[in-house]
Amino acid sequence: MVPWFSWSAAILFVVGLYVSFFVAPTDSQQSEAYRIMFIHVPASILSMFIYLVMAGYAALGLIFNTRLSSMMASALAPTGALLAFLSLWTGALWGKPMWGAWWVWDARLTSELILLFLYLGFIALHASIDDPRRADRASALLAIIGSVNVPIIYFSVQWWNTLHQGATVKFTGTSMHVAMQQGMYTMLLAVWLYAIAVSLLRVRCIILERECKAQWVSELVEVRR
Amino acid sequence: MNKLSLIGLLSLVIRRDLVLAMRRRADVLTTLIFFVIVVSLFPLGVGPEMDMLRKMAPGVVWVAALLASMLSLGRMFSADYLDGTLEQMMLVPQSLSALVLAKILAHWMVSGLPLVIMAPVLGLQFDMSAQALWVLIAALLLGTPILSMIGAVGAALTLGLRGGGALVSLLVLPLCIPVLIFGAGAVEAVVSGTSAGSHLALLGALLLVALVFTPWVTALALRISME
Amino acid sequence: MNWGEFFSMNGYAWYIWGSYGIALLIFFIEIVMVRHRKTLVLEQLHLMRNAEDVVT
Repeated sequence: MVPWFSWSAAILFVVGLYVSFFVAPTDSQQSEAYRIMFIHVPASILSMFIYLVMAGYAALGLIFNTRLSSMMASALAPTGALLAFLSLWTGALWGKPMWGAWWVWDARLTSELILLFLYLGFIALHASIDDPRRADRASALLAIIGSVNVPIIYFSVQWWNTLHQGATVKFTGTSMHVAMQQGMYTMLLAVWLYAIAVSLLRVRCIILERECKAQWVSELVEVRR
Repeated sequence: MNKLSLIGLLSLVIRRDLVLAMRRRADVLTTLIFFVIVVSLFPLGVGPEMDMLRKMAPGVVWVAALLASMLSLGRMFSADYLDGTLEQMMLVPQSLSALVLAKILAHWMVSGLPLVIMAPVLGLQFDMSAQALWVLIAALLLGTPILSMIGAVGAALTLGLRGGGALVSLLVLPLCIPVLIFGAGAVEAVVSGTSAGSHLALLGALLLVALVFTPWVTALALRISME
Repeated sequence: MNWGEFFSMNGYAWYIWGSYGIALLIFFIEIVMVRHRKTLVLEQLHLMRNAEDVVT
């Protein structure tokens, strides 16, 4: 499965980049700077989505005691954290020419930052517990608490900063040029497939690490060689 | 020993933890002194202009309270964990959540309540008005228990880990942000002339939600950590 | 449109290429790290296997 996902991700990346840089027209208000959108929006969407998937897997692992879903949760976390960081970074580079500031204390930005903190907390907790089963369950609990908290944090930050208006309202679906939409969806799909491919590869490593004593592992082709 | 009622058990655990805390008064005082020092450092850092200080006072007091409550979290379960009391507690017929709730309450009385009492004095340093001080007390009274409760979850998750102290802060601080926002917001609302009621109401709502869920989640985390 | 114009991005070159550069760098680093981890794990398994062979 991994090569399949990674090759389609790579192809979609190339197509998406081509569409976003050569086909999509220059925006009338933001000139060329809006092209950051093609990487910023997919990264933000996926960083949130991956957190939900991770919390879901974690809950599955906690409730039904399935080992694979816990491993999947811990494999998703680094990818999610990197995408959250990427979304903050590109957001800053987009905000500087558009709003004149690298960083604005607005609800979306702040909750994205907190999301990054939650990812880091998950990874740190998982890394500091030696017993893998306890690590799985403790960090699963943390992921669930975090997913309950994210909406609360989002609304409280939004309420706290009532400045939240015009500037952050991005293109609404209708006013966006067709080629822009296509470019963005292609990039979204590409990043999505990339995230799947990398997490599958990582979960493979985790499985091999955990199950290194099992019989079937030593019968794998890669190990025999 | 005859069977205890739930309330009896709660008060027993609270009394025990309070006695233990009173035996080690230095620990309690450290938290309080830390709080006072952090708040006092801010004017030294940003300069003595009264206008600015008055504006940032609620935020400073709240951030300091948050940090001070982090400081004592490590002690909430670790002593009981080390001497085996915690394992005994898990074996009692009553629910572990209730015991945890009692421990959280005791922790709050030891580390949260002194902060609430101390805060007005520090507010005077920042030249806050009497009305703002009352709201500050009310907000802290509603908010610091939430900090203790969320902190208890973090403390239970990191029980017995190396580098637990720093890890607890990493886990708990992001989750405390709503409390910080509404707590500081209430005081700021009064200072700027509007009503603090909505902020306090939201804090109260958070407190109730936390009261319902955190003891249960903490008990779950303790079971995970102890197995 | 010639290449110079394309790369200057109407004056926003720094921002646009900065974000895409970091994006590609992050993806690249992540892939390299995961692959490295995989080789490490396989190596470890090889070692364990060989050790077992010696014993038996």
